[in-house]
Amino acid sequence: MSKATIIPFGPQHPVLPEPLHLDLVVEDETVVEAIPQIGFVHRGLEKLVETRDYNQFIYVAERICGICAFGHSLGYAETVEALMGVEVPKRAEYLRVIWHEISRIHSHLLWLGLAADAFGFESLFMHCWRLRERVLDIFEKTTGGRVILSVVSVGGVNRDIDSTQMDEILHILDGIEDDYRQIMQVMLTDASVKNRTVGVGHISYEDAVSLCMVGPFARASNVAYDVRMFGHGGYGELSDFRPLCATEGDCYARVKVRCEEVLQSIAIVKEMAAKIPAGDIAVPVKGSPAAGAESANILEQPRGECYYYARGNGTKYLDRMRMRTPTSQNLAGMVSVLEGCDLADVNMIILTIDPCISCTER
Amino acid sequence: MSEFGLGRMTFGSIFKKPETVLYPFEKKPAPAGLKGHIVIDVNQCILCGICQRTCPCDAITVDKPNRSWEINRFQCVQCGSCIRACPKKCLSMDPAYTSPAPHMHTDSFSVPDPKKEA
Repeated sequence: MSKATIIPFGPQHPVLPEPLHLDLVVEDETVVEAIPQIGFVHRGLEKLVETRDYNQFIYVAERICGICAFGHSLGYAETVEALMGVEVPKRAEYLRVIWHEISRIHSHLLWLGLAADAFGFESLFMHCWRLRERVLDIFEKTTGGRVILSVVSVGGVNRDIDSTQMDEILHILDGIEDDYRQIMQVMLTDASVKNRTVGVGHISYEDAVSLCMVGPFARASNVAYDVRMFGHGGYGELSDFRPLCATEGDCYARVKVRCEEVLQSIAIVKEMAAKIPAGDIAVPVKGSPAAGAESANILEQPRGECYYYARGNGTKYLDRMRMRTPTSQNLAGMVSVLEGCDLADVNMIILTIDPCISCTER
Repeated sequence: MSEFGLGRMTFGSIFKKPETVLYPFEKKPAPAGLKGHIVIDVNQCILCGICQRTCPCDAITVDKPNRSWEINRFQCVQCGSCIRACPKKCLSMDPAYTSPAPHMHTDSFSVPDPKKEA
């Protein structure tokens, strides 16, 4: 009988962009248990809501995570708008969707690059990040920032995208799409990618549902759940939206779902750019949230459903701000997948789940 | 043949212009709306202090008795709240980034008194 050994994994590890620690209980080369530990990047950002007013907190919310920065500012702004009964102009809703989908492309390209780097495909990693650079250039031209955009405000957005800039965005996205299709072809058909991903880290549909998994992690196990399908905000204007799912439930399926979502996001941006109405980009918001008023909101971040909750106390400071991020939902699934896997597959499994520890710890 | 898919792309990039620039000898032109740093037109400023109250990171200090307007560039996050809140529109965003500094310091501007000038 083999002896169980504990191998520490992280918080500093080449495949982890963020600090996550796992104690892997290993027998021979098989992981029998994985005990996660987080808490390395906790900054107490939710507490700051008591010392920053509801307008200022947007800039704190978007610093929760560098990859989902736009999504967090959007999710927070929508929650406060619901709290105060603010109706956002149509053009602002379209602009929010455009930026949010571009940030999803940025997040997925970043992740695809990291995944390629994890299985030792350096040139694929560089090509993914080359395309991501063009996406960041779009942000730089339209918002003035590359990662922290600061364009969302309670009641709308701060900056407009004029028709010249919109044409430029579409032109850049066309270029990205051409190159991306070649990268996607390699990601989905190359033998060296498939050897590391097919059949690895399998999770069934039943387990995905019972472990409350969200985002591409769940959709790779055929759970057709994507918050965008409910049509909140500008997403209601889309002619057709269906969550992209895969049935295999393994690492390859998770790569496939994210690969296809990039093309879906490009299509959404193009549709929104074609249909965007003229008009105001923000409405003035006066007053404060009423004492005891509560609101909740969900948003599809690149990693899955993110839940926001806010409670007012009659002043311009909120009483409570709470977020439940996709990674905290997916941690249970991650631990479950790791049990029984080979030690050599641990890094691939963790990466395909795409944990965002900064979001989770805040 | 899929193994050669990326090979074609990589081979093609030999004949293309590099995606990167040779920084610091060559710099990318700054787009018009880039969030570089906040500048103030002191002749328009009325020292109302709205920018100080709006700033989410307490980077601005308005000293009305001494007629000075100070900004701590190390604390400023270039969110632009002060620019949007300014009633006299005397604040604006310059697309140039500030250069690195060896010491922490604040940039102080003295605001001329229109009564004295008159």
